Amino acid sequence: MTKKEVNQDGFNQAMKEILAGGATRTILSVLLGFLVGAIFMVISNKEFIEGLGYFFSRPGDSLGAAWQVVSDGYGALFRGSIYNADADTFEKAIRPLTETLRLATPLIAAGLGIALTFRVGLFNIGGTGQLISGMIFATFVATKVELPFLLHMLVAVIAAIIGSTLMGALIGFLKARTGAHEVILTIMFNYVMLYLFTFMLREQSLLQGEGIIGNPKADPAAENSLLPKLLGDSYSLTWGLILALMAVVVYWWLMERSTIGFRLRMVGFNPDAAKTAGVNVNRTYILAMALSAAFVGVAAANQTLGTAIGVTPSSHANIGFDAITVALLGGSTAPGVLMAGLLFGAFKAGSPSMQVIGISPEVLGIVQGAIVLFIAAPPLIRALFGLPKPQTSNVLGKLRSRIFSRKVTK
Amino acid sequence: MSSLVTETKIGFKAPIVMAAIGLVVLVFFGLLGRDGMANFQISRRQDAIQLPDVPIDSSLLGVVSGILMLALAGFSLWLTLRNRKTRMWSISIFGFLGIVSLLGWLAADNSVPVSFIAGTALVLAVPIVLGAMGGVMSERSGITNIAIEGQLLTGAFMAAVVSTITGSFTLGIISAMVAAALLSMILAVFALRFLAQQIIVGVVLNVLVIGVTNFLYQQWLTQDSENTNFPGTLDIIKIPFLSDIPIIGPVLFENRITVFAALLIVPALWFVLFKTKLGLRARAVGEHPLAADTVGINVARTRFWWVTIGGAIAGLGGAALTIGNAGAFGREMSGGFGFIALAVVILGRWHPISASLAALLFGFSIILRVWANQVSPGIPSDFITMVPYVVTIIAVVGFVGKSRPPKAVAVPYVKG
Repeated sequence: MTKKEVNQDGFNQAMKEILAGGATRTILSVLLGFLVGAIFMVISNKEFIEGLGYFFSRPGDSLGAAWQVVSDGYGALFRGSIYNADADTFEKAIRPLTETLRLATPLIAAGLGIALTFRVGLFNIGGTGQLISGMIFATFVATKVELPFLLHMLVAVIAAIIGSTLMGALIGFLKARTGAHEVILTIMFNYVMLYLFTFMLREQSLLQGEGIIGNPKADPAAENSLLPKLLGDSYSLTWGLILALMAVVVYWWLMERSTIGFRLRMVGFNPDAAKTAGVNVNRTYILAMALSAAFVGVAAANQTLGTAIGVTPSSHANIGFDAITVALLGGSTAPGVLMAGLLFGAFKAGSPSMQVIGISPEVLGIVQGAIVLFIAAPPLIRALFGLPKPQTSNVLGKLRSRIFSRKVTK
Repeated sequence: MSSLVTETKIGFKAPIVMAAIGLVVLVFFGLLGRDGMANFQISRRQDAIQLPDVPIDSSLLGVVSGILMLALAGFSLWLTLRNRKTRMWSISIFGFLGIVSLLGWLAADNSVPVSFIAGTALVLAVPIVLGAMGGVMSERSGITNIAIEGQLLTGAFMAAVVSTITGSFTLGIISAMVAAALLSMILAVFALRFLAQQIIVGVVLNVLVIGVTNFLYQQWLTQDSENTNFPGTLDIIKIPFLSDIPIIGPVLFENRITVFAALLIVPALWFVLFKTKLGLRARAVGEHPLAADTVGINVARTRFWWVTIGGAIAGLGGAALTIGNAGAFGREMSGGFGFIALAVVILGRWHPISASLAALLFGFSIILRVWANQVSPGIPSDFITMVPYVVTIIAVVGFVGKSRPPKAVAVPYVKG
């Protein structure tokens, strides 16, 4: 073989690896998801359906209406979540992006938590319960305790993380001790914590705000305990985002670089083999559930201390469940969860502007579901697009190490 | 097999948990209970046979049930000491006593409309029961089904919309079952053909169904609810003679077709699963697919059809939500019933009848919250609502423990 041929081969192999890799599949799944959403927008559009009646004589009407509704819908999504070109000042135009970041914050943090359990072969549906547990602790610190500036905020954040971690550890303990299935435990604790929280918010001696009668609602968090605004008072984005980004870095280090992460992944790959290798599997389960809930706790801090309105039973905002989709889309890796959280945060931020132009933002729920459905079945995407199977060679890895470290192993 | 080879030790969890609950009943509902008589109304005014009301002193009822429950705990302890399992019937009686004492405690100086509460509990439990049957069918054959929530919601939506548009409840029910079966087919195909993680596909299908129904509800049903979402409810059918039996009559034999269907499907599924060749094959596929394949059972096909038919049954459960109870479709109206059904499957150890009894507990708690608010407004209803979930946790931790699911559940089978 000539040198050129070898290079050509290497190039082809690298190409194949890229196409077979997770990133290509994810991007295609996201595009397909938007396509499915577009189909729903079109078929529920009145002009399009009316145009269908005489489709073969004037197909332009239907197709025009279809194009119109899809571009309007996704255009509104872009305006509401990234950049609003209609705004008169740059500060206002960029506001949607800060909203996306604000709404993505809890999704990223909680998504990391759920992702961690996936890596250990567990399934934590209990994000809601753990979130609420953290909120109970944080609400107590934020409304019933008085501390100086900054310290109060730090104590409240730590309280949230502790509250969530305890819940997770309890579930892990019950699973390890009795063999009860974590799916059932987490679902049941979601309900128990929700009703417990509602009860506490209804009880004047516990968490209910002063002067509130009947309604389950807490006092607004004390000024000192609020997460400070990140970009000044004109945006609602807070330091919660920084917390979430720190969580991403911690998660990456924990899972990819630390011995704990190695043990967690080992149990995830094969619990029997891990046991043989001397890993205490039951203790690992407790640790995994506690660590997972700790990440959810960051989201709990954000929900409690993000705005100065009193906490209500619905303040958990279903983040515990959304986090599952985020973790799935992100492939349970740190950068993946970050990107997935941002995407779903953008969906949440863009919903109101879709509502304004008369397109139900619920279509974004369909997009969300469709994306993860495609992600869940790699062979389906491969078959649809004729992508190659996962490659066993590692040409890309060699290429990368040649570029970054120059330490080429032969 | 395992009982012959290894002698398993029966743990003391069951008697301990039972004794603790019995003590709670004895002390809080009995000794520290509330004064006044609880008036158990056996007959309704419109019933053919009238039986007199039974007034019982509230705290006396608590003491008596507490002592009986402690006796059952003692019986369980006796069995455990002889290394025998606590019997199902004793747990059922235990639960029944607990419910009666709770009713008596709540209704001090008030009446307990027995057949109304039991009947409503049954109606409310039907979606959970049918959802759980769908879960049992798919998990027994080896496929984890987290998508019960989605199947219920699909059934509820289709039943309401198709019944309204066509004006025929029959078509509504059929389309609910077919649509939910199609959803199950997606689960089956992803699990069997694409070897996707079954739990993940289930969760995703739920997200997708919630998304689609929310969108259609917002975009379509709310705009024109008169013509799309106004089905009303099925007629109540009275079975002659049987419906005149006190208590049992109005509860069991005076119902909508959805309830009757549930009452028939549960024993039928038990029979098919445990007494026929068909059921044996399904269980073989769920326990040991390789062995089943070796003797010539088509593993993939068996799983596919059990999951699909299970989906159809869950779809019927969804129809029970709309045309069997509420009379219209509402946003995300399954409200977690699918997840409760999932819990009920495990709580009932993948057995149709035990699972249905567990589902009744949840139906009971829903009506209890409403009713308790009326008779004793002072009691925090959040705690009463919490009861079934706490009971499930206690049961899963205490009784079921290392619940052994069908061995091959969630494990894809690739023909070697």
